[in-house]
Amino acid sequence: MIGFLIQRVLQALMVVIAMSIIVFLGVYAIGNPIDVMIDPASDQALREALIQRYGFDRPLFEQYFIFMNNMLHGDLGESFIYRLPVLNLILSRLPATLELALTAMLIATLLGIPLGLWAGYKPDSLSAKAIMGFSVLGFSVPSFWVGLLLIMVFAVELGWFPSGGRGPTTEVLGMNLSITSLEGWSYILLPAFNLALFKLGLLIRLTRAGTVEVMGSDYVRFARAQGLSEGKVVGLHVLKNISIPIVTVFGLELGSTLAFAVVTETVFNWPGMGKLIIDSITVLDRPVMVAYLILVVFLFVMINLVVDLIYGQLDPRIRVKAAS
Amino acid sequence: MSDAVLRVNNLQTQFETRGGVLKAVDGVSFEVGRGRILGLVGESGSGKSVTGYSILGLIEAPGRIAGGEVLLNGKDITRLRGDAMRQVRGAQIAMVFQDPMMTLNPVLKIGTQMIAAVRAHDKVSRKAARARARDALAKVGIPSPEERLDAYPHQLSGGMRQRVAIAIALLHSPAVIIADEPTTALDVSIQGQILAEVRRLADETGTAFVWVTHDLAVVSSLADDICVMYAGRVVESGPAADVIASPRHPYTAGLLASVPAEHEPGTKLPQVPGSTPSLANLPQGCAFAPRCAKAGPACTTTPPVQQFEDGRTALCHYPIEPVSCQPLSLTSTTYRSAS
Repeated sequence: MIGFLIQRVLQALMVVIAMSIIVFLGVYAIGNPIDVMIDPASDQALREALIQRYGFDRPLFEQYFIFMNNMLHGDLGESFIYRLPVLNLILSRLPATLELALTAMLIATLLGIPLGLWAGYKPDSLSAKAIMGFSVLGFSVPSFWVGLLLIMVFAVELGWFPSGGRGPTTEVLGMNLSITSLEGWSYILLPAFNLALFKLGLLIRLTRAGTVEVMGSDYVRFARAQGLSEGKVVGLHVLKNISIPIVTVFGLELGSTLAFAVVTETVFNWPGMGKLIIDSITVLDRPVMVAYLILVVFLFVMINLVVDLIYGQLDPRIRVKAAS
Repeated sequence: MSDAVLRVNNLQTQFETRGGVLKAVDGVSFEVGRGRILGLVGESGSGKSVTGYSILGLIEAPGRIAGGEVLLNGKDITRLRGDAMRQVRGAQIAMVFQDPMMTLNPVLKIGTQMIAAVRAHDKVSRKAARARARDALAKVGIPSPEERLDAYPHQLSGGMRQRVAIAIALLHSPAVIIADEPTTALDVSIQGQILAEVRRLADETGTAFVWVTHDLAVVSSLADDICVMYAGRVVESGPAADVIASPRHPYTAGLLASVPAEHEPGTKLPQVPGSTPSLANLPQGCAFAPRCAKAGPACTTTPPVQQFEDGRTALCHYPIEPVSCQPLSLTSTTYRSAS
């Protein structure tokens, strides 16, 4: 177990290093940020001074090593635009995205798994077909359009929810969260549902496919022959067997939701990280872009590490392979 | 044998397909007494497994039991639905399946699966259920049962897993256990151990077994009685030793002749020509007639059930005359009780 953990952490470290190089090179290649930052009419001396101050006159690898060295000391640089340490900037936006993404994943999981189980348990029923039809809509209709539709119906026509923005926040464990109040929930529900829709469709299909397969297996038949109730058959035998693909997709989706909730955040004017990165790209705020992308890589690596550990808990056969 | 714990009367199981109704089980009748082992023999597609599933009410759509009765201690269980049937399964009739690699859930500990099986019928504490599971494992000859409860199925060998499956079937001391080819997937030596164990359990606990198999050697060494099935019907039945020694139905005779152990080395092994007919396309009259050497003009009509002395039957117009040579055995070992 310990060996497995060390091996995975080393792997994760390699991925982070490789990604940092790719990201750094990619961002370096898009041009000199100084041209964007300063007034084109300013004189050459000011220009030179700025270039020197940010170290753009040094060779690429030196810039990279300075950047990495700073990063290891917890310094990801300072935003060109906001004049704030990048890490603080991103972390100040993180809670908003975190609560939005987690709420969306919660909605998708709590609805998707039961619906998928039912659709797989009674695949020929009318309700199962309706669920499957809905799931196709879920991941084929573009999310910005659904977002606009949701605003139009539930915010403008019915007036049940606010049309955008984030509710009042309270500080919990050093993070500003809006889900602590009922009003906060009224703001978060529409964007979270919008974000959940794609994942909901995905989880329904995944759960259904697994359920159909497991329901036809010998051990389910054997469990029924033992006189287990249908609830026990599904809850004990089916659920645990289909959980591996579900956990995999859950992890990947959680990562991508945290990193790329951009569209929904834009449509609902949600002050999260997605909006920050889009704004930074438009104005070529290089430190923010680099730091953000590296943070995203770190996030994905961590989530996958957790998913791998959960695998071992879910399927003893994987544990054996990892140990040998 | 009026004290039969399980009596199957004229059981009919049909599958509705686009090509019409398939009669997988077509009027099967047999009975098993306390502590007796009935061998249900037939080739693939003869309806022997479907008969087993029908008894437990585990036939899934598009299949259904179209007629007949399954009397368990005199009570018809084919009419039970939902929870009433669930209470019979596992408690009064249990089942063991063919492939021990597939019948235990790979991601659940043996103990978890057994405790669930205990608590499906008896509302006891987890601790009490675990103790019962451990006792059941010990009863089927599994060493250090306490540790096995914490093992996962993949940590056990095939033979061990089948013993676990049998232990699960025994948990509620059912009146009948249906065993669907449970030793087919095992090594011959392991098979022998399991058969001996089953014989002992039947004798000691009084559990009746319906042993579904295509393996005549297994049946000849284990079963008290035999039912030979062909195309959904019982074509011959009777005490195992008598049927093996002197088959009355040409199909049984053909099956016995094609067992290699019986055969003189160096000469061509006889076989039953042709193959099992498709249920969608059964010939008129006797389904075996096209493959039968003894077939005559009468075989285009449905053959009568011929009753012979000592409780034997054959579904044939031209049954084979009994031979009176010394009884032969297909294997050197026998698990049949001396009685």
